[in-house]
Amino acid sequence: MTGPPPAGDDTANGFPESWALLLQSGQGAAMHPGALRRLVARTTALLHHTEHGADFDAGSAEEAGALLVDAHFTDPELLARAVGLLHGSDLAQGRTAELTGAFAAGWAAALRERTLQEQEAIRLAADTARKEAERALRESEARFRALFESAAIGIGIGDVEGNILAANKALQDIFGARPEDLHGRRVNDLVHPEDTPGVWEAYEELVSGKREHFQFDKPYYRQDGEVVWTHLTCSLIRDDEGLPVYQVAMLEDITDRYRLQERLRHQATHDPLTGLPNRTAFFERLEALFESPEPGARFGLCYVDLDGFKVVNDSLGHEMGDQLLAAVALRLEAALRPLGHLVARLGGDEFVVLLENCRGEQEAVAAAKTVLAALAKPVPIDGHRLAVGASVGVLERPVAATTPMAAVRAADLTLYRAKEEGRGRWTLFDPQRNARAVSRYAVSVRMPVALDRGEFYIDYQPLCALADGSLAAVEALVRWRHPQLGVLGPDEFIGTAEETGLIMPLGRWVLEQACGQAADWVKQFGDRAPQINVNLAVRQVRNAGLVSDIDRILRSSGLDPRMLQLEITESAVVGPQDESVRALHSLVDLGVSLAVDDFGTGWSNLAYLRDLPVSSLKIAGSFVSDLKESGKEQLLGWRIIGGLVSLAHTLGLTVTAEGVENADHAERLRVMGCDWAQGWHFGRPARPEAIARRITDSLR
Amino acid sequence: MDLDRPNAARVYDYYLGGSHNFAADREMARQAVKLWPDLPLIMRANRAFLRRSVQYLAEQGITRFLDIGSGIPTFGAVHEISRDIRPGSRVVYVDKDPVAVAHSRLLLKDDPLSQVVHADLTDPADLLARPEVVELLAPGEPVAVLLVAVLHFVTDEEDPEGIVATLRDALPPGSALALCHASLEGRPDQAGPHQDLYNRTPTPLTMRSMERIRGLFDGFELVEPGVVYLPQWRPEVPTAVGPHPERMVGVVGVGHRR
Repeated sequence: MTGPPPAGDDTANGFPESWALLLQSGQGAAMHPGALRRLVARTTALLHHTEHGADFDAGSAEEAGALLVDAHFTDPELLARAVGLLHGSDLAQGRTAELTGAFAAGWAAALRERTLQEQEAIRLAADTARKEAERALRESEARFRALFESAAIGIGIGDVEGNILAANKALQDIFGARPEDLHGRRVNDLVHPEDTPGVWEAYEELVSGKREHFQFDKPYYRQDGEVVWTHLTCSLIRDDEGLPVYQVAMLEDITDRYRLQERLRHQATHDPLTGLPNRTAFFERLEALFESPEPGARFGLCYVDLDGFKVVNDSLGHEMGDQLLAAVALRLEAALRPLGHLVARLGGDEFVVLLENCRGEQEAVAAAKTVLAALAKPVPIDGHRLAVGASVGVLERPVAATTPMAAVRAADLTLYRAKEEGRGRWTLFDPQRNARAVSRYAVSVRMPVALDRGEFYIDYQPLCALADGSLAAVEALVRWRHPQLGVLGPDEFIGTAEETGLIMPLGRWVLEQACGQAADWVKQFGDRAPQINVNLAVRQVRNAGLVSDIDRILRSSGLDPRMLQLEITESAVVGPQDESVRALHSLVDLGVSLAVDDFGTGWSNLAYLRDLPVSSLKIAGSFVSDLKESGKEQLLGWRIIGGLVSLAHTLGLTVTAEGVENADHAERLRVMGCDWAQGWHFGRPARPEAIARRITDSLR
Repeated sequence: MDLDRPNAARVYDYYLGGSHNFAADREMARQAVKLWPDLPLIMRANRAFLRRSVQYLAEQGITRFLDIGSGIPTFGAVHEISRDIRPGSRVVYVDKDPVAVAHSRLLLKDDPLSQVVHADLTDPADLLARPEVVELLAPGEPVAVLLVAVLHFVTDEEDPEGIVATLRDALPPGSALALCHASLEGRPDQAGPHQDLYNRTPTPLTMRSMERIRGLFDGFELVEPGVVYLPQWRPEVPTAVGPHPERMVGVVGVGHRR
């Protein structure tokens, strides 16, 4: 290679050096230096080779171009620079144009070939990958199809319009249907009268996309009309945009389990001997009655015990006794069921009749008479004619006045009176005799330890301002959770407490608890905390230590004395010269206010009202609750109440009406000017937490 | 499989002047190059690092390579480079893109010493359980794991450090790691827009700080010159480094398992 280096930017060092520099840039930078050196040498040689011989050798130049493409020099800019370099070179003895053209053609042809190959390769790869994905999808589909078809659980797929699109074998078996029986049917047609409430609402929410799934136990009609019980799980399937498209239902046949449950439930609630509802079933019904009673709702109980059953059992044997019980059950059921009453066997020879929605004492007494009449004729068993009598204790009360446990206990005690009074008869519940009986029973024995054992607790009953219905005060009402007798109200044990003197420690305990609770509410609610009303028994009022006790309790609880109102009965005060009157004045001096409780039931000496330092009057509940529906008596009743209100106002006293059970009475009392009211309509005695919630709610 | 969406492996092929790509890939690549004209240079530098690191590892005696995120080996595939030095080298290529995997399988179907596995780096336990990988990692021979330009396609939520640690713990003694990762520092002006562009692909890009990239070598003994920019790692000719190695953005290193 001779001659001066050609002029030009890239050719200052002569062609080979410039060529090497060109190839080192760009793609050459990624190559191994040795490989690059070999490429430079080979292409340089090929380009020089065109000069040799007489003819111009285009093939060598083409090969040089192709070699560059093989080495991945595919950048068109490289071609431009190579063409410039070749054109300005002295290669090929003046035939540089032909040389350049041949080189460019070789490069282009190789690139075209390479491009086509690579495109083919990548297309083939994409195609292979797609087929592979499709095969995987088919396999997965086949797996799921197999799972669907052979699943032990019934699976159905429907659209959101409710059309059944597919049902697997297990589902067809559950429904006893062929595929064509199910296909095209509508989910909405699969209703059953025993459907759990809410199942169709849940279904509507599901298909409209408001919920993702639900579960219920649901009965269906099979193709043959039989009922099949299933555990149903329904799920929603959405598309990529999140729109509901399908519903999938999975059903498990639980018919056997369901029937077993039903049988167990029947066994648990029925007496196997007589087939009557048992004790559990009876208490369930009774308690349901107390759960959310209508205002003024009443109920009746007839507690029945067979007379002389023991004699039959002992003399004729248990088997005969059992037959007798079954026959009695049959008669009672036949006589009372048509009247709409529930007859249950409590155990042994004890039965009970429950009158829901009782219309009054007469109805309960009529039921008792029906019981006695049903058993009047002898029962023929195995050739014997067994004369069987019964005694019945009848209780008829407003639901609001008692609790299930107390009611049954009272009915039982009433029955004992019937037995005592000579059998074969019914006796009516008498609250005073009941209280006495309860006391005799167990109260007096147990009470001394009950306070130590924490068996007492306090409920609070709201007193509301009639003007706006707001909570003005609460009355503390002591309860005794008696281990055997259940929860007892004050009327069931306060009398005994007074007689035994236990009223003193119990009264103090109630005051401490109530004042503490009231102070808590003041801390919590400030001005919105209710005044606390606490009853004082006669014996407490007469006690010399009363004032200092209350002073101490107020101090230790931190309760503002103005928040405490003590309720006394008229009988607590004998006369103006009474020692207790001085005590009451001292209490008022402490800042505590006084109310006369149950006004109208006692002596009602109006003159004393003027002299006593009382600021409120509570009209006895019987005035309001005894108001009849209509007529002259009602008119008179309202006049008496109106008179009491205006009398109290004349004396500067605020008036609270007790026993207010409905909105009409509340409104009438408000118009009459009565200040506060208490009673079922404004709230039953409740746990302190419930009172706190009520205050919180009213603050919202 | 969506050929209408750009794919990192095929875009990379386009940067390198290849034709293993489709219109969507080319469109995105052109747009990227328009915004950042250095990209083809960077990709070539990355390819050159792969070559140099494999050569180095082969010279160190390694004959087994696990190339994760192998993509479409446009030119200079690992088995070709390593076999120049160690004939009989075995390579397992791993990629999560089904097209790249299918392409590699077509390319290597007659090579009994090369295998292609379709797996996802973000599930290293699954990857390590594949029979081809289990066989490659069988005790006795050291293995070089190549994570070249792949970890920046692993998001922070997918825990790149945890992935590398899982792989490291599965390696036989004497094994090595070669790694290349896009850094935030080299061209801070480009990092944001470039990552935005890759958010359109199935493989979003997370460029990371040099410090964090160095941390990926936890448990490895770095060979000279440590963690550096692409051209600075053992250049064959001094002039190859150039005045601005940081403009190549990629940060690389090779380490031996401690």
